Amino acid sequence: MATVSLKNLVKKYGSLEVVHAINLDVADREFVALVGPSGCGKSTTLRMIAGLEAISGGHIHIGDREVNNLPPRQRNISMVFQSYALYPHMTVAENMGFSLKIAGRSQDVIASAVADAAKTLGLEELLDRRPSQLSGGQRQRVAMGRAIVRHPDVFLFDEPLSNLDAKLRMQMRTEIKKLHAKVQSTVIYVTHDQVEAMTLADRIVIMRDGHIEQVGPPEEVFRRPATRFVAGFIGSPTMNLHDAVVGDSKLIFGNGDTLPLPAQFRDRVTAGQKVIFGLRPDDLYPTGHGIHSGEAAEVHAVEVPVSLTEPLGNETLVFAEFAGQDWISRMLNPKTLRSGDKVELSFDLSQSHLFDAQSEKSLRG
Amino acid sequence: MRGWKPAPHVLLLLPAFVVLAAVVVVPLLLSLYSSFTPFRLTRPDTIYTFIGFRNYQRLFADMEFWAAFGRTVLLLTIALNLEMVLGLFLALLVEKATRGQRLLRTIMMFPMMFSPILVGFQFKFMFNDNIGLVNNALQSLGLTDQAIPWLIDGKLAFTSILIAEVWSSTSVFAIFILAGLMAMPKEPLEAAKVDGCTPLQSFRYVTWPFIMPFAFIAMTIRSLDIARAYDIVKIMTDGGPAKRTEILWTLISRTAYSDARMGLANAMAYVAIFLSILFTVMFFRQLAKARQQIGAEW
Ligand SMILES: Nc1ncnc2c1ncn2[C@@H]1O[C@H](COP(=O)(O)OP(=O)(O)O)[C@@H](O)[C@H]1O
Ligand SMILES: [Mg+2]
Repeated sequence: MATVSLKNLVKKYGSLEVVHAINLDVADREFVALVGPSGCGKSTTLRMIAGLEAISGGHIHIGDREVNNLPPRQRNISMVFQSYALYPHMTVAENMGFSLKIAGRSQDVIASAVADAAKTLGLEELLDRRPSQLSGGQRQRVAMGRAIVRHPDVFLFDEPLSNLDAKLRMQMRTEIKKLHAKVQSTVIYVTHDQVEAMTLADRIVIMRDGHIEQVGPPEEVFRRPATRFVAGFIGSPTMNLHDAVVGDSKLIFGNGDTLPLPAQFRDRVTAGQKVIFGLRPDDLYPTGHGIHSGEAAEVHAVEVPVSLTEPLGNETLVFAEFAGQDWISRMLNPKTLRSGDKVELSFDLSQSHLFDAQSEKSLRG
Repeated sequence: MRGWKPAPHVLLLLPAFVVLAAVVVVPLLLSLYSSFTPFRLTRPDTIYTFIGFRNYQRLFADMEFWAAFGRTVLLLTIALNLEMVLGLFLALLVEKATRGQRLLRTIMMFPMMFSPILVGFQFKFMFNDNIGLVNNALQSLGLTDQAIPWLIDGKLAFTSILIAEVWSSTSVFAIFILAGLMAMPKEPLEAAKVDGCTPLQSFRYVTWPFIMPFAFIAMTIRSLDIARAYDIVKIMTDGGPAKRTEILWTLISRTAYSDARMGLANAMAYVAIFLSILFTVMFFRQLAKARQQIGAEW
């Protein structure tokens, strides 16, 4: 068990810098998810921690050891690859026991460790098969088995579920969570899927273009996104984000439509400031169909035309037009709406976000 | 022939059958038959005398034949092993090259572009004890003070032939193994690193099993090559000195054309072909096993 700490970690490919001096401290037994759009440097960061990629600057500590120049085999880590990376010529049992065999453990130790892992992952029946005889989900399990057999200090996952179909992905997500509760190791988990990050991690690290945008528990990055980017990345459906200019106690949108300036931002903006207004679909609902049962303090209602609806059963996403833009709202206990209908939308402004248009940073305190 | 009308598909295939029969089946049967006769090129009517297995009996008691047979197997064994090791080494080096790999691959194939006859002449010149490059170099460097009789001493001549053979064909192994290395998925290697492997262990447990099938393909091809080796030996030593480098096919051609004993030569040839088939079957078995091991989809 160990902590992981990155200090001013840099990666350059030639003259191209893809990871820019990032800092991150992962606590012992913590489950941290690195999330961000593809190409933002998540895998590169993970591979530097693993030792598969040389670092171009900064420091990496695992526990109290600086591992900057140690080869992967001396870092006591396990990694699960996106493509599983199983050894095609070995059976499932041999795949899982390989690290122990290399470490020179006895046959008995290996056999019992493999049996343990197989039991945890439900692989007992498959131990004599080769990877080519397994389904995607089974290969995924073997890859995880291979990782847990050696009781590493740190588990590294690089998009382990992205090659699975949606149903299997959800199932494996649950299993990974159970597994973490059981093995109690430090985990660094890379994914481009924010739902995966939200559901699994103790803390989420949101990356963008080789920078860290925000670090925090799922609840916090959801409730209090530090930047426009995080606000747009976390949450599904995505937050409504529209440009506006601060007027006298109001926000003026491009076409002249206005909303009252939310109370919490009154002292934080100046008239004429260009901002981005953000409101999650959960906080924008046809009046009477919102999440919050008691009407919140700061609700502003506007009648707008419906452009499109997406019924999901227990709720319906309503796309409506306001201020010349499309807004997504979430309607609970849905009633039937057709495009062209007029609907009264409630804007729960107490839940709204404002970002400076220039810096894209949150204007919240 | 009126009234006999073969079906169209028979008619259409007929030319192919006729050609195949004329150029493959008939000569094959004829040569097989002649190995049961005392056929001599100088006395054509001997082909009608059937003598059963007498050529074969004679062969099996013939020390000269078995010496050539053994020498061929020896040449094959040493050359294959050497080429395997050198080819593997070359392939690993070239695969590591991040720049100019294309050029290196092309250069690597140069030896294959020369006719074996020319390779024979070239090495004959290089190993010449008087004017050869090798002796001159050795003497200029002060490594020896007298000419080494490369092609005159039996053992040295065999070694010289071996060197020429290895030089000309190591690239077959290198190319096949390189193809294997390039087709290999990189993730298992990374997994091995994380699993604690040293570079040597990664090679032993991950890389090697993967490229083994490719090595076996090269071995099959090269074993056939060497089992029918003729030109390089013919040019460099012509089986000499005193038949010390006589291999199967130099012996067979000598028996057939110089001694004009075609029947006997054909008997030898069939034994030689049997040897080739043996090696092919052996390596194909290994190949199938190795392929199954890595779960190859080709
Ligand atoms: N070997 C490489 N050479 C050059 N650029 C690379 C290399 N590997 C990755 N990159 C670049 O680094 C950036 C980050 O890549 P990566 O870490 O794989 O992103 P992701 O967040 O999708 O995992 C990308 O822009 C990618 O093009
Ligand atoms: Mg990636």
